[in-house]
Amino acid sequence: MTRVEHHELEKAINEITEIAVGFGLDFYPMRYEICPSDIIYTFGAYGMPTRYSHWSFGKAFHRMKLQYDLGLSKIYELVINSNPCYAFLLDSNSLIQNKLIVAHVLAHCDFFKNNVRFSNTSRDMVESMSASAERIRSYEMKYGKQEVEDLLDAALAIQEHIDPSLIKPKKRNKNEEHLKPKSQGPYDDLWALDQLENEEEPQGSRTRKSFPPQPEKDILLFIQEYSTDLEEWQRDVLTILRDEMLYFWPQLETKIMNEGWASYWHVRILREMDLTEEEAIEFATLNASVVAPSTTSINPYYLGYKMFEDIEKRWDEPTDEEIERYGIVPNQGRQKIFEVREIDGDTSFLRNYLTKDLVEDLDLYLFQKEGHNYTIVDKDWENVREQLIQSRINGSFPYIMVEDGDYLHQGELYLKHHYDGIELDVKYIEKTLPYVYYLWGRPVHLETIVEDEPALFSYSGKKVHRKFL
Amino acid sequence: MKHRPSFILSQEDWSLHRKGYEDQTRHQEKVREAIKDNLPDLVTEESIIMSNGSDVIKIPIRSLDEYKFKFNNDKKQHAGQGDGDSQVGDVVARDGKPEKGKGKDQEAGDQPGEDYYEEAVEFEQLEKLLFSELELPHLKQKERDQIKVKDIRFNDIRKKGLMGNVDKKRTLLESIRRNALENNEKLLDISIDDLRFKTWEEVVQPHSNAVVMAMLDTSASMGYFEKYIARSFFFWMVRFLRTKYENVDIVFIAHHTRAKEVTEEEFFSKGESGGTICSSAYLKALEIIEERYSPERYNIYPFHFSDGDNLSSDNKQCLELIQELLDMSNMFGYCEVSQYRKSGSSLMSTFRKIKDPRFRYATIREKSGVYDALKTFFSKENVDAS
Repeated sequence: MTRVEHHELEKAINEITEIAVGFGLDFYPMRYEICPSDIIYTFGAYGMPTRYSHWSFGKAFHRMKLQYDLGLSKIYELVINSNPCYAFLLDSNSLIQNKLIVAHVLAHCDFFKNNVRFSNTSRDMVESMSASAERIRSYEMKYGKQEVEDLLDAALAIQEHIDPSLIKPKKRNKNEEHLKPKSQGPYDDLWALDQLENEEEPQGSRTRKSFPPQPEKDILLFIQEYSTDLEEWQRDVLTILRDEMLYFWPQLETKIMNEGWASYWHVRILREMDLTEEEAIEFATLNASVVAPSTTSINPYYLGYKMFEDIEKRWDEPTDEEIERYGIVPNQGRQKIFEVREIDGDTSFLRNYLTKDLVEDLDLYLFQKEGHNYTIVDKDWENVREQLIQSRINGSFPYIMVEDGDYLHQGELYLKHHYDGIELDVKYIEKTLPYVYYLWGRPVHLETIVEDEPALFSYSGKKVHRKFL
Repeated sequence: MKHRPSFILSQEDWSLHRKGYEDQTRHQEKVREAIKDNLPDLVTEESIIMSNGSDVIKIPIRSLDEYKFKFNNDKKQHAGQGDGDSQVGDVVARDGKPEKGKGKDQEAGDQPGEDYYEEAVEFEQLEKLLFSELELPHLKQKERDQIKVKDIRFNDIRKKGLMGNVDKKRTLLESIRRNALENNEKLLDISIDDLRFKTWEEVVQPHSNAVVMAMLDTSASMGYFEKYIARSFFFWMVRFLRTKYENVDIVFIAHHTRAKEVTEEEFFSKGESGGTICSSAYLKALEIIEERYSPERYNIYPFHFSDGDNLSSDNKQCLELIQELLDMSNMFGYCEVSQYRKSGSSLMSTFRKIKDPRFRYATIREKSGVYDALKTFFSKENVDAS
């Protein structure tokens, strides 16, 4: 980048920042860094400027870089949820591309800063991940690269199985007795929320202690705390992975909203700017490629963008019915979308704001594999909405919990998949269980549903066995 | 009033940031390991055996998937978006290759189809991996190995030499370099010191020939599987011998009750009916050796593939003929291909009596057995034992 270009870009950023502030966007101080493509793709693959080494990052980097080199896809920017907020811009971006990107990035940063899902994320993750990388590096020196890689292979296989709830779970106590009558009504667990602080010591009845007292969602933490087989440094690595996953988790939960929000604002902000004719065309081309719909997936940029626009419109000019039923006061559109960006996540966003009209306007549908073809099977708007919500639940990972950490009184680990209509990939179960075994050090089991029958997969070091329950 | 957020725009030197490349290297190492671990399956991979060994081949590598508990995509509905008039029943993608999303972020949403990983591997690389595990047993220093060919290669540069061999380019470069150092304006002022000459070396290479006597039972009991196994085996065997000998011939002898020399195509496609007399093939091999491949000049490798269903009265004669063949061969290999037989055939038990270290046998029951057979025949261990 020449001095003149640098100056031009600085001027543009200044202007965009002013417009964004004028619109009420609220972001951290920004650090823009111009990088060559291989650096952008490294950051893209690792999710961070500095992270520990693992071949899977190398694989991702290779694939992304290859697609870029072949002109198949391109990352224009990368933005990090941190304070100050880092944004990395590709050095081959044109000025107008950078204008769009800066506007886009400011909205991302506003989202990071204000959305409630992100309220617990560490804002100095750039530094702490760099420090963790250093620590893992030292373990490689001390215990050998292979040893560390084996551990990472195993831990990465279950890294998504953490508990990202916003309400901090109560500190677990290994000797705690579990005596509450098992399940009552479907919503009775809600009462327990109040009791967390003042649970009474139960009167001594002599049932067997369950361990964990209640099914535990955070498999990674459970293993890290109770595995009999891990050394201190290995537990440390699990902690690192878990912290990083907790940091990335809100991004998994708000993909559609976050990208939609950013796309909505880059369009709004650029409308306020004086663009030359050429710039306007280039902007339109780039914007079109960003929000291009796809027949075999949902483009979160497009869907989110359309939904925010729709919410704004409905709250600006509500129908009589909406005024009556929901008490909407006209001309509150802007205010409403700011509220949505603060309190919703993808699942509630879709549930509350994906309307019949939108599903039909956007021509959304459901398709499924039938024989060798993927065929459209359903266009009913409620089914489409339900499936979309379903696919966003738990960051689109299966919901698996630790049922028993002392199964058969032999310290075996019993996991249970909370089946919700979609079966697991059996091959992947069989390949993943050995990793869990590696971490737990004793036989491991996973209960799930296969071909509509409850089945138990077990692994104790040799071969995965399956039996129907 | 709200304080306007500050920003910094910078551009650093990232040229030392090599992390992505380093982990990419590790990934490629793992791919190579995976190929090596999969050798038994790859050796009989149809696309390779039929490829004539020239192309880059695509090998599915599943062991490099990042395994985790995940949903079965085939049993699940996915959301997509049409252009306004999509209908129930429309096909949006075909198996394995759903159309790629055109959005900016390819990972957006959930895409159907298994993301299995295919690695393009050059045939040579695969060959190298496989052959690094094989060795030629019973290499004997024979007279014919002493036949040497002289060859002249220009492969060195010196300051003295014959004027006819002057290396003009290097001479000019030297001259420019020296003149520049001495600050001469005339850069092309060549002095004697600048002269560079090409010189040669005499290279002596041993001249060696080998011939594979490929014998195949084409009686009715030999089906597609048996022939495919034989084909895979000979494919690799000939390639392996080519790395050890200058010239490798292969003679195809098909037999049932009578033996015939045939072309390669006939060899692998021929299906005959009737019984089996193995000795006929051995006789034919002896005949051909006598006619065209004198043991003085050739390293001879007779290999016989059969399912072992030999006429039992013929076994004795087979034994005698094999002895005769062994005397003029480097090694004799007998390979029994049988998917169903639990123990060896009567022919096999006859052959087990042969104590000559040059005789080796193997049984192949499944495709991956080809790899083990290759290792059984081409290893040095037995030599040490004998």
